Amino acid sequence: MTTTTMTRSGLRFLPAVFAAVLGLAVISLTGHVQAAALHDAAHDVRHATGFPCH
Amino acid sequence: MYSRFLVSAIFAGAAAGLIAGLLQLVFVQPVLLHAELYETGAIVHFGAAPVSANPELPGFDAMRDGLSLVFTMLTYTGYALILIAAMGIAEERGATIDGRTGIIWGVAGFVAFHLAPGITLAPEVPGVAAADVAARQVWWFATVAAALVGLWLIAFGRNWMVWSLAVILLAAPHVIGAPEPDAFAGPVPTEIGALFAARAFGVGLAAWVLLGSFAGYFWCREGLNQNSTAQA
Repeated sequence: MTTTTMTRSGLRFLPAVFAAVLGLAVISLTGHVQAAALHDAAHDVRHATGFPCH
Repeated sequence: MYSRFLVSAIFAGAAAGLIAGLLQLVFVQPVLLHAELYETGAIVHFGAAPVSANPELPGFDAMRDGLSLVFTMLTYTGYALILIAAMGIAEERGATIDGRTGIIWGVAGFVAFHLAPGITLAPEVPGVAAADVAARQVWWFATVAAALVGLWLIAFGRNWMVWSLAVILLAAPHVIGAPEPDAFAGPVPTEIGALFAARAFGVGLAAWVLLGSFAGYFWCREGLNQNSTAQA
């Protein structure tokens, strides 16, 4: 029983970390990377969402 | 299990992000466009003549506003991935996750990602004077991280030691302070700046509440799907 629970915890922990890291990458890309093309495309969103812009 | 995280995050993020993008276009974009008239010098605050508070604004721009919608959906999908990661861990520790409890997760997400950094680094209208962007981004990430940990400790902590640590984490970034500009040079009237910050927070809260609820709902639903597939 204990083994089953631990295995299931392990099964869930890794995907959770994966999702969190992916989410962080997406937010960095849409909200923070200063590359000109990205900045211009996301400009209004960055302001409206309260990300530091410019 | 990977698919449960990814699928529920994408559905919740895209749906909440679409609504957030539309709300921003209706409530935030006009204020932003108004500010840009001052930023570009098209109209001047405290010039020779009084300036109308209701100038003619550029209308809907398919390319610009379309990109805004896409990037808002992407941003909220990013939020959803982080939110659902936390929900998954919390559920395993005994929390109930569904569309209803998701609402409080959404409020917490708003506090961590919008309100906590925004209290000291207020949402900036175009044209404001600000410190170096890299320094502000470091402060932003540190503040959001501290708030996330702080809120988690408040929600799942069991004693006053943990809650005290949470309060310190929540307060510290503001006691330390955010990078500030050396001089103020913003050409935009304070009325517009204040309205912009207020609107950004209002739309952010509405969108985050929806995001939390959608994330809880889809997380729950995907779980049921997977259970029935496993049993079949």
